[in-house]
Amino acid sequence: MNDFIYKHRFLISRRVTQILILILYFGANAYGWGIVSGNLSSSFILGFIPFSDPFAALQIFFTGAVVATDIIIGSIIIVFLYGVIAGRFFCAWICPVNMITDTAAWLRKKLNLKDKEDSQTLSRNIRYWIILLTFILSYVFSLAAFEMISPIGIAHRGIIFGFGFGWLFLVAIFIFDLLSENYGWCGHICPLGGFNAIIGKYSVVKVIHDKNKCSESMECFKVCPEKQILYMVNKISMPILDGTCIKCGRCIEVCDNNAFEFSLVSMAKQVKETS
Amino acid sequence: MDKSNKPERRKFLLKILQGMGYGTFGVMVWSSYLNQSQANVLVLRPPGAMKEKDFVSTCIRCGICVESCPFDILKLSTISDKISIGTPYFTPRSEACQMCIDIPCANSCPTTALDIKTLYKDDKLSINNAKMGLARINTKTCLSYLGLQCTMCIRACPLPDEAIFLHNERNTRTSMHALLKPVVNPDYCTGCGMCEHACPTSEASIRILPLSVSTGDIGSHYIVGWDEKDEKRLKNVSTDVILEKTPRNKKSILDNVNDIDGILKE
Repeated sequence: MNDFIYKHRFLISRRVTQILILILYFGANAYGWGIVSGNLSSSFILGFIPFSDPFAALQIFFTGAVVATDIIIGSIIIVFLYGVIAGRFFCAWICPVNMITDTAAWLRKKLNLKDKEDSQTLSRNIRYWIILLTFILSYVFSLAAFEMISPIGIAHRGIIFGFGFGWLFLVAIFIFDLLSENYGWCGHICPLGGFNAIIGKYSVVKVIHDKNKCSESMECFKVCPEKQILYMVNKISMPILDGTCIKCGRCIEVCDNNAFEFSLVSMAKQVKETS
Repeated sequence: MDKSNKPERRKFLLKILQGMGYGTFGVMVWSSYLNQSQANVLVLRPPGAMKEKDFVSTCIRCGICVESCPFDILKLSTISDKISIGTPYFTPRSEACQMCIDIPCANSCPTTALDIKTLYKDDKLSINNAKMGLARINTKTCLSYLGLQCTMCIRACPLPDEAIFLHNERNTRTSMHALLKPVVNPDYCTGCGMCEHACPTSEASIRILPLSVSTGDIGSHYIVGWDEKDEKRLKNVSTDVILEKTPRNKKSILDNVNDIDGILKE
């Protein structure tokens, strides 16, 4: 049992964080708790610290509407948090859709719905094109285009304020991830994940790999939702520098030889290594 | 030998075409949804809201206004409502705005979608400056217009005798009673919806409509006579008269009259 907890220590703490955050937001609306208010698009922490989704703020900017001071300050705080400190950790530790897609991926593995060689039709770069498309559509329709369809917003608002038919959209993502493409939504399409990957590229929290400890068990490849970032495994000892790493820590906990661990890597060093 | 028969090249081209196919399909569905969810003119927004079209693009859909509403009047629209998703609205027939004096909804908005500044008049903040909508009465179903001394709406109104006043009239149908007709004064009506909530007819006979569909505009062609104040309204109106000249008909009058369906053309 202890071994199980140790082997899933990050997974368990992620689920706890995700659910705790949902409970806090839910309680803010239902019972008037003052710790957080709002939702993942824009919130106030403790009633006065603004947190705003910089991607949503940019979309509003492209609609031609005024972006208010609170939103700008909140976005800067978040950009600092992701860009300097934690990178794309939002996707693994906060986003409620992560629970849905992780479940789909887990079930996919249980049902043995493995990818065939040719079935890899979706490129991982689609998300960056969708970011571009989001800005263009925001401009054309004067509406924050991704916020209108975002399953993250639908899920989070749904839990706090009520779903409507929104849950159908989440079921669709579950089925898509289960039957069509492993981590299809989070790893290929979601522009918010792509956006976080871009701003979190040089964040200091990184998973580092030690090839001397690696025993080629390939367990890390089985669990990683962004397999392409593990290209250095068993080849080079270096931090996982790719911005698309969601810092879920699954590779750390499944590795029997401790070939991975969380660490801090200075930004200057990262810029040097990638250039 | 033929380049186009190289399998890699074919695969690559196929991939691009596939991508374009998926892309076009996605953009089509996405655009049509966005097009659908642009400004809906028949929705009532919280006090201090911008014009609907600006509102849907400025609102970040955080729901803080809904959370701050102490009476739980405000709702956040879901994908099944025909209202731009994630935006706040209220339905006066079920729950009317309670006109909090500190206006927590507009006060807490992190964007300018609900702009507290628009609720100031002469440096004084008052919910009575709100313009959420305007009450309109159906005089054919309103009980007071039919002869009953109902007056539910004026008694529910937070600004009685200002936003709604009673117009005393002889009931010509019975020739022996009075009619106490409620009349809405658009200068004062805030659109809170207390009247609609209170109306006892099975479908409300007094209803709040959003300003965009309930107000008129005199425009610059008419002024109120014998009123200097209204004359001032037109002071800054451009006086350039735009003339559209239609070309003069060159045919003779007789030909023009007799030319039915162009029979004289040849």
